Amino acid sequence: MNKLPDWADVILIPLISILLAMGISALVILAIGGNPLHALAVMIEGAFGTSSNLGYTLFYTTNFIFTGLSVAIAFHARLFNIGSEGQAALGGLGVALVCLYIPFPHWSLALVAAFIAASLFGAAWAAIPAYLQVKRGSHIVITTIMFNAIAAALLNYLLVNVINLKTSQEPATARFPAVTHIPKLSDILNPLGIPFSTTSPANIALPIALLVAFLVWLVVWRTRLGYELRAFGQSETAARYAGINAFRITMIVMLASGALAGLYAINKVMGESERLVMGAVEGAGFIGIAVALMGRNHPVGVVLAALLFGALTQGGQILSQDQSAAIPVELVVVIQALVIMFTGALDEMVRMPLVRLFALLRPAGRTGG
Amino acid sequence: MDFLTLVLILDSSLRLSTPLLLACLAGLFSERSGVFDIGLEGKMLAGAFVAAAVAYLTGSVWIGLFAAIIASVFMSVLHGLASITFRGNQLISGVAINFLAAGLTVLVSNALFHEGGRTPGLPPDARFPTINLPGALTRIPELRHADPMTLVWSKLLSGHTVIVPFALLLVPATWWLLYRTRFGLRLRAVGENPAAVDTAGVSVIRLRWIALLIGGVLCGIAGAYLSTAIQASFIKNMTADRGFMALAALIFAKWKPWNALWACLLFGFLQALETQTRAVNNLIGIALPSQFYNALPYVLTVVILAGFVGKSIAPKAGGEPYVKER
Repeated sequence: MNKLPDWADVILIPLISILLAMGISALVILAIGGNPLHALAVMIEGAFGTSSNLGYTLFYTTNFIFTGLSVAIAFHARLFNIGSEGQAALGGLGVALVCLYIPFPHWSLALVAAFIAASLFGAAWAAIPAYLQVKRGSHIVITTIMFNAIAAALLNYLLVNVINLKTSQEPATARFPAVTHIPKLSDILNPLGIPFSTTSPANIALPIALLVAFLVWLVVWRTRLGYELRAFGQSETAARYAGINAFRITMIVMLASGALAGLYAINKVMGESERLVMGAVEGAGFIGIAVALMGRNHPVGVVLAALLFGALTQGGQILSQDQSAAIPVELVVVIQALVIMFTGALDEMVRMPLVRLFALLRPAGRTGG
Repeated sequence: MDFLTLVLILDSSLRLSTPLLLACLAGLFSERSGVFDIGLEGKMLAGAFVAAAVAYLTGSVWIGLFAAIIASVFMSVLHGLASITFRGNQLISGVAINFLAAGLTVLVSNALFHEGGRTPGLPPDARFPTINLPGALTRIPELRHADPMTLVWSKLLSGHTVIVPFALLLVPATWWLLYRTRFGLRLRAVGENPAAVDTAGVSVIRLRWIALLIGGVLCGIAGAYLSTAIQASFIKNMTADRGFMALAALIFAKWKPWNALWACLLFGFLQALETQTRAVNNLIGIALPSQFYNALPYVLTVVILAGFVGKSIAPKAGGEPYVKER
């Protein structure tokens, strides 16, 4: 018996991994002459202390729910989509084109159109790597890395030469028309009598993200397609023998993954900046990898891990402005790297001692089999 | 476009190809042994920072280079622990290493120098000295009136740091090691069929560790070249996806040393064109945007990967941790 109880696998291992990551980060802070406890206090205050700070935390959380789901759904089919970053960038392009060039009568229509455009553009960017993976055997990790770089060059070109606001040197589109402004969380909560900061960028994309997470759960665990998808991820050969079409599954899952990454733009491009700027994704696609690994690819786990990384990102921002600490925002990147390392690559290292521990704790009579 | 511009572009191609070539050969060793290495970017970045910081603090570029190699090898050891010893996912470990380097370099640099992630500019003594060949002209007005042979001699062949010929010589050295030694035979075999190597009584784990450590050394040199030869300081994220471009070159080269040289020279040439877009566009008569040259290496690699033009096939055991005696 070298199996862990389910609860240990789902809760204990991610928890130990994050504690290890935090512990090493604390050592790093000590090594560069900081005070880890002070840093932690500043980060918690920065992430949750005021309703405005909480609003920023929820805004980042929304980003990471989308990108985390994007990576997670691909993992179910044992496909490692590193391309969420590029797919999210393309989603931003879709949102920008729709918002800039279609005259909408109402924001709700603009939101629906932007939702469709973001998912289509994101999915399109994942389509070629997916096709090459099944039909030509090109490794999806490599092709999606290449497509990230190509997406960056493409957006750079478009923003500088084509859809640039001609009056400015800045590589960005013009501001979207006022009608495409989607409600902020404060616009929804304040009329209900719940006071919420009007300055934070958290917006209607958060409930949309939660709804999308629920839909992903529904599809992956409650439909025939989801069953095929998980079977394919468990064993491609077995799935093929069971009559599951590898081409169809790979295409569907990668298109869905790209679409989920693209949806990120609803929150960031439409909900916050209200124009498309260079490098709008800011690494959120990569944070999605950490979120998916930590959330064990389950939508509930992804939402919780996204909240953790949302809090880390916002807390890290505030920490970087704290004069007495002088710790740059890259601390979050270090934590992110360590979480990816411990939950993704060093999983076995975290798991082995636990397996032994549980074997010791188990009553002797039941280990006989 | 005059001959001087052409020579300048070729000269800058050679400079830009050098870090790509070093990282590409690093990837070649690692992937030929069956370990995917997408952490080339992170190892180079760590090397670049440590080289610049140590060279600044000690005033010696050689100590800087040595420290860069140590830092990059440390990253390789992490990758080895995760992907060889604990049989974890090699791709995820590589991703983690890239982020670890991106974060740590800025944190430590800011703590040491308080310049928001930069290191202070290096004085000429703390950089790699350029080797000026005898009779080479160095001043621009002289170059403008020089004949073609003198131009090539003075600008293309002279004025490089020792890293450039070192990287070029590594190509035949790698070829010899890979195809003419026992170690090379075993290394190639372990990337294709580790079980066979194991049956022959050769340690798979040991071979993979050696390959990974060689890769660490080379990435460290590549990073040091960026921050102490091309530039005179470390800047946040200064590798700018060169690790991924080296990875692309490796695929383009079909995991072969001589091909790696040509692929890196081509990609370096495209990078050089990107900086000279106007001159090139005047020459070919089409107004191509600079981003075109930026994206071209990646597009070419995808085309090669797709197998439409000469299919590129990876070492068969790549990405799979080796489990002895199943």
